[in-house]
Amino acid sequence: MNNKLKIIFYNFTSSLIALILSFLIGGFLIIFIGINPLIVYTRFISDTLGSTYGIGQVLFRATPLIFTGLAAGISFRSGLFNVGAEGQLKIGMFATALSGVYLGDLPSIILIPLCLSTGMLAGGIWGAIPGILKAKYGAHEVINTIMMNFIATALISYLIINDFAVPATVHTPEISENAKIGRLDIFFSTLRGSPVNASLFIALLTCIVIYLILWKTPIGYELRTLGLNPYAALYGGINTSRQTIVALTLSGAVAGLVGSNFIMGYKHYYELGFADGIGFIGIAVALLAKNHPIGIIFTAIFFGTLDYGSLAINTIVPKELSNILQAIVIICMIIITKLTSRWILDRQKKLSITQNA
Amino acid sequence: MLDSLISISFLIQSLRISIPYALPALGATFSERSGVINIALEGILLISAFATTLGTFLTTDPLIGIICGVFSGLLVGLLHSIITITFKADQIVSGIALNLFAVGITKFLCQLIFNSSSNSSRIVGLEQWNILPNLPFINNPFLIGTLILILYLNYVLFKTRFGLRLRAVGEQPVAAETLGVSVIKMRYYGVLISGALTGLGGAWLALDQHSFTDGMTAGRGFIALAAMIVGKWKPLGAAAACLLFGFAESLSFSFQSISHAAQFIQIIPYVTTMIVLAGFIGRATPPASDGIPYEKENL
Repeated sequence: MNNKLKIIFYNFTSSLIALILSFLIGGFLIIFIGINPLIVYTRFISDTLGSTYGIGQVLFRATPLIFTGLAAGISFRSGLFNVGAEGQLKIGMFATALSGVYLGDLPSIILIPLCLSTGMLAGGIWGAIPGILKAKYGAHEVINTIMMNFIATALISYLIINDFAVPATVHTPEISENAKIGRLDIFFSTLRGSPVNASLFIALLTCIVIYLILWKTPIGYELRTLGLNPYAALYGGINTSRQTIVALTLSGAVAGLVGSNFIMGYKHYYELGFADGIGFIGIAVALLAKNHPIGIIFTAIFFGTLDYGSLAINTIVPKELSNILQAIVIICMIIITKLTSRWILDRQKKLSITQNA
Repeated sequence: MLDSLISISFLIQSLRISIPYALPALGATFSERSGVINIALEGILLISAFATTLGTFLTTDPLIGIICGVFSGLLVGLLHSIITITFKADQIVSGIALNLFAVGITKFLCQLIFNSSSNSSRIVGLEQWNILPNLPFINNPFLIGTLILILYLNYVLFKTRFGLRLRAVGEQPVAAETLGVSVIKMRYYGVLISGALTGLGGAWLALDQHSFTDGMTAGRGFIALAAMIVGKWKPLGAAAACLLFGFAESLSFSFQSISHAAQFIQIIPYVTTMIVLAGFIGRATPPASDGIPYEKENL
């Protein structure tokens, strides 16, 4: 086995072990409240992946997670920690909704790209601010992105309540017909009723674009170098300040695309409290995929399954089990990753010792 | 308008709001001084508020409730310690996971015990503890206790051997270990102290509100984190920042009746923190090894 395959194998196995372990722990929790976990897990799988409607629901829930997973993944690859996808996606969704409402007379061919761009722009700005503060003043991006989340929530709630809400509601008016993205059940009748929509393709396309940017362009090379070793990057002539800003802006812009799913493809308006928590789960999506843009597609589907599956089993156990399971998956994941990387290091050390002897 | 600003009730309201900021902020100071970032504060507040509600509900004794709150805070703190100190996993990811866990487990248990995932039954508060009923709140043991704790913990951190060791492992863990201080042990202490103090904060939230409601912490753990930064990782500074934030929030209630700008006052803590972090108001330098797991192999 060559080295690259070996690494993929180790990563895959460690993710798998983490998943199995989490479901075991979750199982004990279910036993603890006096229910047979096998019944819960069987129902969980049959209602999600066992029917085309379930698959549609899962894909619908996976779509925004692909965006936030990519957002987290881009920042991790660049050695930064963007905890602000939550705020970036809200600002982005809000901007998307407003463009869809107020520029609604434009034809679809212009309006749809425009709505996507305003979402990316707003999210990008929200990411750029902590990026600039980090690059210019060395302010830690973790705290600043958390602060920006709260500022986004307060700002949007101010704007919605005072200026943009439909009277007696906390949501914007509906976006114009020209800004809507079709549901997939138009093309695939078996998905009927499930809200999965064409934004899934936007998400998949974004994964490929991000993959190409990170691995096939000079910018991507510089970002990844920054992530692997900031000192080496600086010494190698990379403008690390600029790349820090680029990384967080790109990360925020991708998070800003979440509106394509929730706003343009599903609800058609923005409401306070929409998509809460999606940004944080994106961090887990990225971690489980080892920050690989293509892997993120699969881990997003996994977390989408977890999300919809918990609704399906709500009659047997409280649906909050999904938050608990998600948390356990993340914790198992980071511990096992740490342990395997140490194990690999130890093995390499031993190997080199025996070879030298 | 001005009258309402300088009235006693306004001051009391500000203090009351500051308590659940100050206790976790003190905790965060100890955790980060020892070198461990603890953004699980939000989750610990939530879990301990639930534990307090449950303890008080079952025994109708708020003291038992407080003990449950502090104990649950310690427990989550221990979990964060095991993940980040023993296993050396990423501290921020662990914090995020624990926050997610807190949201899930509190709603889950609330559903099982109180038959509603969003709020608990009503519990008794601390009113019976007021020694002088005609002086509302000022004689509340929680307020007095918090003030004493702030002074005492400031003393502990800067004037005792324990405090010196705690700060040493957060600044130069290798040097501290060379001098015989156990980095692992001191970091466990730091995170456990933050868990216990945050648990106390959660207890106050629940007893003040007389119930548990889901998401009742509303970002207080993060504001506490912000206060710690604005207070430059010092107990007294953090407490002062909490008072400032409490004052601002109190102000936003007063403004709510006359203007729509309440949301702008709400963001004061967050914007202040960003400005301070950027170094526009003095310099905010975290402990040198804050957030870096301690690996002996790197020696």
